[in-house]
Order: sequence, then structure tokens, then C-alpha cells
Amino acid sequence: MRLVRGPAHAIAGPNPWSPEALVQCTGRSMTPRRRALVRNAALTLVLVLLATGCNALADPRAPQSTVFPKSDWAALIYDLYNKVFIMAVLVFVGVEGALLLFIIRYRRTDENRLPSQTHGNTRLEILWTILPALVLFVIAIPSIQVIFASEEVPPNVSAMYVRVIGHQWWWEFQYPELGISTANELHVPAGQTVRFDLQSADVIHSFWFPFMGGKVDVVPMRVNHMWYTPDASAASASPYLSQCVEFCGTEHAMMRNRLFVDTPEQFNAWAALQRQDAQVPQGDDVQRGAGLLLGGQCRNCHTIKGTTAIGVIGPNLTHVGSRSTIVSGTLDTNVDNLAKWIHDPQSVKPGAKMPTLGFSEADARSMAVYLMTLK
Amino acid sequence: MATIAVPSPIAERRVLRPIAPTGVWSWITTIDHKRIGVLYGTTAFIFFLIGGLEALLMRTQLIRPNNTLLGPDQFNGLFTMHGTTMIFLVVMPLSAAFFNYVVPLQIGARDVAFPRLNAFSYWTFLSGAILLNLGFVAQTVPDNGWFSYANITERAFSPSAGQDFWVVGLQVLGVASLAAALNFLVTIVQLRAPGMSLMRMPLFTWTTFITSILIVLAFPVIAIALFELMFDRLFGTNFFNTIGGGDPILWQHLFWTFGHPEVYILILPAMGIVSEILPVFSRKPLFGYPFMVYAVAGIAFLSFTVWAHHMFTTGLGAIATSFFAASTMLIAVPTGVKIFNWISTIHGGSLKLTTPALMSIGFVSMFTIGGLSGVMHASPPIDTQHQDTYFVVAHFHYVLFGGAIFGLFGGIYYWWPKITGRLLDDGIGKLQFWLMMIGFNLTFGPMHFLGIDGMPRRIYTYPANMGWDMWNLVASIGAYTLGLAILVMIFNIAKTFINGERAGADPWDGMTLEWTIPSPPPAYNFAVIPEVHSRDPFWLQKHPELASHELTESTGEITIGAQHVGDLGIPAVHAGQDGGHEAHGDVHVHMPDPSYWPPIAGLGFFIAGLGVLIASATTYAALGLTGIGLLTVLVAIYGWSLEPVNG
Repeated sequence: MRLVRGPAHAIAGPNPWSPEALVQCTGRSMTPRRRALVRNAALTLVLVLLATGCNALADPRAPQSTVFPKSDWAALIYDLYNKVFIMAVLVFVGVEGALLLFIIRYRRTDENRLPSQTHGNTRLEILWTILPALVLFVIAIPSIQVIFASEEVPPNVSAMYVRVIGHQWWWEFQYPELGISTANELHVPAGQTVRFDLQSADVIHSFWFPFMGGKVDVVPMRVNHMWYTPDASAASASPYLSQCVEFCGTEHAMMRNRLFVDTPEQFNAWAALQRQDAQVPQGDDVQRGAGLLLGGQCRNCHTIKGTTAIGVIGPNLTHVGSRSTIVSGTLDTNVDNLAKWIHDPQSVKPGAKMPTLGFSEADARSMAVYLMTLK
Repeated sequence: MATIAVPSPIAERRVLRPIAPTGVWSWITTIDHKRIGVLYGTTAFIFFLIGGLEALLMRTQLIRPNNTLLGPDQFNGLFTMHGTTMIFLVVMPLSAAFFNYVVPLQIGARDVAFPRLNAFSYWTFLSGAILLNLGFVAQTVPDNGWFSYANITERAFSPSAGQDFWVVGLQVLGVASLAAALNFLVTIVQLRAPGMSLMRMPLFTWTTFITSILIVLAFPVIAIALFELMFDRLFGTNFFNTIGGGDPILWQHLFWTFGHPEVYILILPAMGIVSEILPVFSRKPLFGYPFMVYAVAGIAFLSFTVWAHHMFTTGLGAIATSFFAASTMLIAVPTGVKIFNWISTIHGGSLKLTTPALMSIGFVSMFTIGGLSGVMHASPPIDTQHQDTYFVVAHFHYVLFGGAIFGLFGGIYYWWPKITGRLLDDGIGKLQFWLMMIGFNLTFGPMHFLGIDGMPRRIYTYPANMGWDMWNLVASIGAYTLGLAILVMIFNIAKTFINGERAGADPWDGMTLEWTIPSPPPAYNFAVIPEVHSRDPFWLQKHPELASHELTESTGEITIGAQHVGDLGIPAVHAGQDGGHEAHGDVHVHMPDPSYWPPIAGLGFFIAGLGVLIASATTYAALGLTGIGLLTVLVAIYGWSLEPVNG
């Protein structure tokens, strides 16, 4: 069986985590007698609240939240998560409720009483071997459906192709069909299916935009894949944040990236700009910065298309000024931050692979001014 | 032959043997399972404090966004050492402490099958533990996480010696675990008291037995992986080195083929302890004993079929992912049976909420939460959202702290009077329990929310405005509360040594054989090996009216030691007396002598490990040191093999 995935897929209906919804579903599953017992154990309510807290307390403003899907894949996962979570809450309430109830009910009051020496109840035990198995079966079936549905792009869907390359500690994004190479900030058109090839230049990383779906590891010597279709409405909440999620060394925490879901028009404009060569430096200060940058060692690691800088170790800087952040999503793009980074990278991001090349603060500032012109 | 009451004169000894009955040397040379148990427990508790301090440092770093208390490498070293320490130097040896102390007592034996091998296990464990932590002294701490995924562990990406400390330390620890596991397998198979059939064994003995099987089957896998990594780092092989065509995913398969059974190696002993405590304080037998045994065996078997659920995001393909999802969900079935049976044990009982009982209830309730979050990410699509976030950190702390540590602490409170002869204060114990319960949930509960909000694990800092500030603050406050709970525990232990209430042989109205002998037990444990006719033999001895339907034998008589139904307390016949007869013949109680050789063998491994550690710097000295170390091990093993039994 195959689930249909596509941009039209959206989750509807009331929030299943609202307290009303939970009271409703727990209430329905209980007999009146048990409900009375639950009332006796007021603490059970506290436990329910604790459990629902898992989601109810999830912050909708958290920019890396996993429970506000903005793509077909993320929606499938979220639906599944809801199903499993409801079952988990029911089991939780049942088990912890029974435990609490028995602790209260069977507390020792008479030091001399010897309770009835029950050794077990085979029928009951077979029952609670089979029942969980059935519950798990109910979880397993949709899980496996989603696994297969997420495996490959359906043949009738045309996907845009993006190559993701993980580096210690930044992200490279290539659009081979469009002739674009950029870093740390990914642009995709809303409603357009995107297929990612994931590769690593060094160690294992993991690529993930929680709003778009799950993560897939970026493994050297392998090419992993993932695909999804950002919702047509996803452009409004753009950009989406993320970061590397497989420990990859010293600056794992500072390997962040951003996803811009653009409207098709925005995306086309962006792509057209990215295809161009770098701006030619104009003005004294800019030319001075360009001279320092292109005359020094920077070009051994960085590419600035249309110049002598053709290195491929560090991020492509051809349009670095058009990106909203630098240093793998950790600093806003502005002259101050760029100058600070060029002057003393290790104070900004200890352990970063960018060497300290001994540029004075003034030189670094000129270079930063030049880089800012590279829109 | 060394008889306890009349030690053989030294003049008769052909080889110098340690004879000190007290003092430091008596502990170093001891081969008494009880003393070795105490050594394991004490060492594990010290490492618990170290691992806990590492955790508190991390929680302090994460208490607010953009904190600069710790640098990235320091933080990475701390989470690596915290995880490795808590797993290999705390939960495993704390379990081993109970295996050592309790299992021989529960099965009516005078020691383990191979007492000197047992001492060897402890000293080798200590060597491995010190080697692992030497990184702090050398200021190059392992910093690639407790599962140290390839290929970042290769020399090219981790040039410092930190990773070598991890490899060598774990390798030596593995030797200790394997030796101990084999020892306990033989002990449980061979040394059970007459009449104690497998299905009459106490459940803790059962979990020890199954855990030992898991160790024997799982540790060789990690040993091979560690050797391969060591060869990559020292000799330039390419098992995991991608530049040479190696496959980093191979490491993950090898590691988790070991690593998932390891998870059950950590939790099964605690499950066994809880299965001992709940019946005693409910004053009724464990509910569904056979199902509990089958469940433990079932969990153990399934634990070898689920390893790749740690790898759902590595690109396994749909078929393999589906298989491992199904097998992982299956493991919830026997686990569920255990939880239902524990709850049913309380049902209809007469539950006394002492500290051990509270800790056990804490185990059942918190482990349930960890189990449920486990089922959630057993579903691979959900796991792709949760993997490597704080949701997973919450999950495994609910099973390993909420589960294993609560259970093991229950065991400490439960068997402390047997081990020391004094009771830990129950009031202070309850205070500790509640502080732990509150602190634990404050620390790890919010981590669920952090994970759902997308906070990755293993990041040394995070920016503001990610929606993570508040829960990180709460988690840090919770961690300090946990620290306070442990201080209360230390106070309780200290107080107990000064003026602890004396415990008799049977302070809890116990059910199993260890409560039939004095507290603390004499060196030989049982003056007369008891004869067992049922599960919970001591319980039925104390409650003969319950016996009739328990016994298949028509005699209706339960014998414990030399006593008959109705007698309580200590066997009247003492070891060493000429009149010490067993039912099955005239045998003196003889115990093996202490020995110098096991600690020497442990020292040998330490020296060999040091050799490997300096190998990247100096080849010849390293070879020499490793050679001397391994030779020391060999000589020591020969030494104890040729050591005469009777001195």
C-alpha cells in the first residue's frame, strides 16, 4: 500500500493536544466504574497533564519545532506521531493510574495481615502479552506505510535536484541543474518537490529541517537521499532554521543552516542572481579589500566566480553579501561581523577550520566591505 | 586445606600467600565474593559522583543561551566521559556489585565458581576505569561521544590521544566484564543449593544469569570493533577510514550489535532487584514468576535483533528499516509483561512504603515513561524527527536513570543491612527518594519538550530565541536537585556508619536464602548448605501454613539448612566445628585462600594499556611496555593456576 504524498496534503481538524480533546478521548475509553476510581486518584490528573505537556508545552515559536509541519513529509510524520502519542498517553494513564491506585489501595495498615498469596494468573498474563502486541501492530502498519511512502520520489512527480555536502562545520548546497553553488542558506520554491543528494566531505553529519520532515545522515563514501515538497503556504513563515544533528567534532553546535521557502517568482529571481559572476569591485575601499582578498591566501579555499579565487575548501563567496548570515548561520551578515570573522576567526568560532591569516582590523574591514558588495 | 576456624600454619605453605584478615592488604588480596562485591560497589559509587559532577558542569553550561563557562572541546569531553562513565563505570559495576554479593547468597553457595577469576575481574575493571580517566590527567579527554562514531575517531579528525584513552579503557573493561560474566554463568549453573531448580531461582539470580549471557555474546563484538579502531589509529589500517575506502557505517553496525544488548545488560539487573523488593514489601510472591522469567529471556533474545533502530537515519533502505522497526516494537511486549506483573504484585498485597519499595515504584513508573517514548521512536518516521535531539536524551535517561539507577539504589537500601549489618535510615532515605524523583523529572522531563522543539543533543551552546531557554533553565535546576539528593544519600551512609540501627539477619521479612544467615554474613556464608524445596524458601519456612500447596513433595516439610519448618534465624551448626555435618556427608567448610595474583594480573593490563597509549608517540617504548604488561598478565594467570589450594 502506498500513501499519496503531494503538496496538497495538509493536516486538518482541531488540535488533538488541547486539554478538551484529551479529556474526551480518555473519557470515552473508560467504564463508569473505572472513571470513579480515577476520580479517587486525583494525582492521575497531574500525570495526564505531565504527559500532554509533552506537546501542549511545545513552543509554536520555536524555530526548530518538530510539530508544526510545513511539508508533505513532515505532515505524514506528524500524523503518525499523533496516533502513537495518543496511544502512549492512554497506556501511560492506564499503567501509572493502576500503579498509583494500587499503592494507595494496598498500603500496609495491619502489620500482622498476610495477604492472599497469589502466584499469577495465566489467562490475564496471556491477555496482556497479546494486547500490547496488537497495539504495536496498529502502530507498525502506518509506520511501515510512511517508510515506503518517503523512500523515493513518485515517478510522476518532477523534482528539483539539490546536492547537499556537509563540511566541518558548514553546509554546501549545489543546484547542478541551475549551475548554482552556495553555502548554509538553502532556497527552494514553495510547492516544488525537492530531492536532495546528501554527501560528506569529511565526517558524518546529519541534515534536517524539522518543519520539512525528518533527518537523514550525511555519510562520507555514501550518497543518501531525502525528498519533500514544501507546502504552498510555507513561504510565509520562511526562513526555517536548523543545524547539524550528528556530532561532527569541535564546532558541531555552530554548524547551522537556514531554509528559505520562496514563492516561485522569488526563487527565480534568486536563482538568476546566483548564476551571475561576482560583482566587479568599485570604489577605492572596495577595490582595496578585493585586492587583499584576491591577492592573499583566501582564494586557495574560497571561490568568487569571475575572479582568481577558485578554492573549494570553504564556502563559495560569489554572492556572500546576498546571504542573511555568515559563519554557518551563526552571525548576521554585516561589515562588523565579517571584519571580526576575518580578523580573528578563532575568537568567533573556536576550532573553526578558517585560519587566522594575520589581517589587521583595518584590512579585515576593507575585505568585509568588499564582501558586502557581493550581492 | 584452609579451614576458617583453624587456618593452616604458614610453615606448611609452599608458596607465599597473603594471610592478613583485615587491613588494606586483605582487601587487595581478597577473593571473597562479598568483599569483591563491596569493592565493585564502592568504586562504582565514586565514579557515579565523578560522572554526576560532569553532568552538573554540562547543565551549568546549558543553563542559559550563549554561555561561555565551557569551551566546545571541554563540553564535548564532558558528555563523552559522562556517558562512558555512567554506563561502564557506574551501572555495570554497581550491578556487578550485587551479582557478587547477592547471587551466591541467594543460591545457597559459599562463593562464586572461580573466586580468583572474580578478583581478577575487579582489578582489571579498575585498571580499565583508570585508563579511561587518565585522559583528564593527560589533558586530552576522549571527546567523540560514548558511541564514538567512525570516522571522526580516525587519527585524521581526532589527532590527539583522547580517543586512544577511550579505546584502551573500554577494551580492558571488556576483559573484566567477560571474565565476570563467565564466572557468574558457571556459578549459577553449578553452585545452586540442592533442590534449587532453575525455576526456583530468585528473579535477581535469573536476571544475573541472562545478563551474563548477554555480556558473553555482546562484548566480543565491541572488542573486535575496538581492535579495528585501534589498528586504524595506530597502524594505519582502513576499517573505518573513508580516505582508504573504509566504511564508517560498519562501526555503527558493530557498535550497536554490542550496544543494544548492552542497554539490557544495564537494565535487567535493576529489573531483577525490583522483582525481589516488590514481593517482600507487598508480603506476597512475585506475580507470574514464569512469565517474568520468560520475559527476561525474551528481551535478551530480541535485544540482538534490534540494533539498527539506532541507525534509522543512516539510509538503511525501506526493507531493513521496516524489519528493525517491527523487531523493536516486539521488544515492548515482554517489557510490558514485566510492568504489568510488577503492578499485579502490588495488587492485593500489603505494601509497606520503605525506601527500597519507593525506589522500586520509582523504577516502575519512570521506566514506563522511558518505555513509551521508546515505542514512539521505534516508529522510524517519528524517529527521524527525534533522533539525536534532546527527546532521545530524555528517553534514555528515563530508562537508565529512572530505570536502572532507581532500581540499583533500591538494591542499595534493600541489601545494605545484609552487607553492613546496619540499616540505612528510612526517613532520610525517603527524603532522598523524593528529592530524586522531583529532581529527576525536573531534569529530564523538560528534555522531551526541548527535543520536540528541535534542540540537538551534544551542542555546547545554543542561541537565544530558539524557544529553549526556559526548559534548559528548569533542567539545570532539576540537575542541582538531583545533586542534593545524592548529598542526602552520602549523609545517610555516613550517619549509618556512626549510629545506624543494627539489622538482624532478616530486617525486611525476606523471602530468599540471603536473609536466613547473619548480617553481615560470615566468610563462608552458609555453615550448612541449605536444601531448597520451593521458590521463596525462607518465606515458606516462616509461613508453614502456606506451604501445603507450594510443595510437590508429599512430605510437606521444608528444610532450610539444618533447620526445620518453624525455626527462624540462624543455623545452629557453625562452620569449623568438628560437628559441622552436612546432610550429605561429613565435609569441612573450607574456603580458598586470598591471593596476590589477581591484582597483579589487573596491573598487567594497566601497564599494557599504558603501552598502547604512548604508541603513537614512541614505538619501541610502547612495544616494550605493552609486552611487559601482557607478560605480567600471563605470569599472574600461571601463578594463580599453579597456586596450591591448600597453601
